[in-house]
Amino acid sequence: MSDYNVLIVEDSPTMRQLIAFALKRIRGVRIVEANDGVDGLKKLSSERFDLILTDINMPIMDGLKLVSLVRNDANYKAIPIVVITTEGAQEDRERALALGANDYITKPIQPTKILDVAKNLLRIV
Amino acid sequence: MQKDDERLVHSRGEEFLQVFKKGAEFTQELLRENERLRFRLLELEKSQMTGEVAPAAELKKLSERIADLEQEKQEILDRIKHVEEENQDFAARYLEIEDENNNLANLYIASYQLHSTLDFKEVLQIITEIIINLIGAEEFAIMLLDEKSDELQAVSTEGIDRSEIPSFRLGKGIIGNVAQSGENHFASDFDSYQRDFSAPMVCIPLKIKDHVIGVLAIYKLLMQKKEFAAVDYELFTLLAGHAATAIFSSRLYSDSERKLSTIQGFIDLLTK
Repeated sequence: MSDYNVLIVEDSPTMRQLIAFALKRIRGVRIVEANDGVDGLKKLSSERFDLILTDINMPIMDGLKLVSLVRNDANYKAIPIVVITTEGAQEDRERALALGANDYITKPIQPTKILDVAKNLLRIV
Repeated sequence: MQKDDERLVHSRGEEFLQVFKKGAEFTQELLRENERLRFRLLELEKSQMTGEVAPAAELKKLSERIADLEQEKQEILDRIKHVEEENQDFAARYLEIEDENNNLANLYIASYQLHSTLDFKEVLQIITEIIINLIGAEEFAIMLLDEKSDELQAVSTEGIDRSEIPSFRLGKGIIGNVAQSGENHFASDFDSYQRDFSAPMVCIPLKIKDHVIGVLAIYKLLMQKKEFAAVDYELFTLLAGHAATAIFSSRLYSDSERKLSTIQGFIDLLTK
């Protein structure tokens, strides 16, 4: 039985592995990976999650659409969402936060930053 | 008459005796008072004496104790300061190790991914992902050297149309020189850099030992990536070696697969 279930939605296997590596520092974390937004929603419906980390630019369904759908679904709207993306412009950040993302991390990937944000949203001291 | 005189003498004698007795009583009383006062004086002297000597000794003792405690306190404070300094050193060292650990993990995952496939296109895709996600480049090209024509041609690009990238001759210009010398090239000033396909911001040779098979040319970084960190240079070193090996292996594999398929076709044709 894991303490925290985390869903990583990212089309790049390298990125998924990097994010998963950073999150594995959290004791009792269980990581589920999804290739895109649609896959993410499918995984989301199969079990309870404590945190979602998603890329923006993905095939089939992008990360912003996923954020919007999650925030408008009564079953999932309380789950914190972190967007991890190459888009560093302020308007991109504001758009993601306006849609309901809890935090916004820009690439290149920094494992320490991801870990800090995840711990904060999972309320781990 | 004589009787009166005797009575008078007797009365005076009585009177004198009374006076004498009173005098004696008074003297005794004075002596007692004197004794009492002497005793009181002695007591006062004694109490005065003890009253002066005892507090001085106590004060001296207390002063010495205070001095000892002050010294002890100073020693403890010095030790706390020392421990705090050590703690700060440990915390800084911990962060350094944490960073180093993260960087190593990134390098490990990058190299693991690079060697996870023998498909040429997949290898190029993985190199592209590493450059975007770990280095933070927005526009770049992966160029391979055609050893027959000695020309470098783009096989994969990101943020730029592949047709925009011209081919470069080995030994000519920045890209050609990087391919020939096997040395990295970094533009002197990233802030003022203007995109020039023949003069990239960063050019890294892809080499197996000393044999260069191509180059990675970076023309633009992500807007949030202002400068390179130490780990980026390690990533460039990793890419120079591992990406080259992965590209080379996947090409060999693809070629051998193609040849095998051709031979198999001939065999099928001959045996039918």
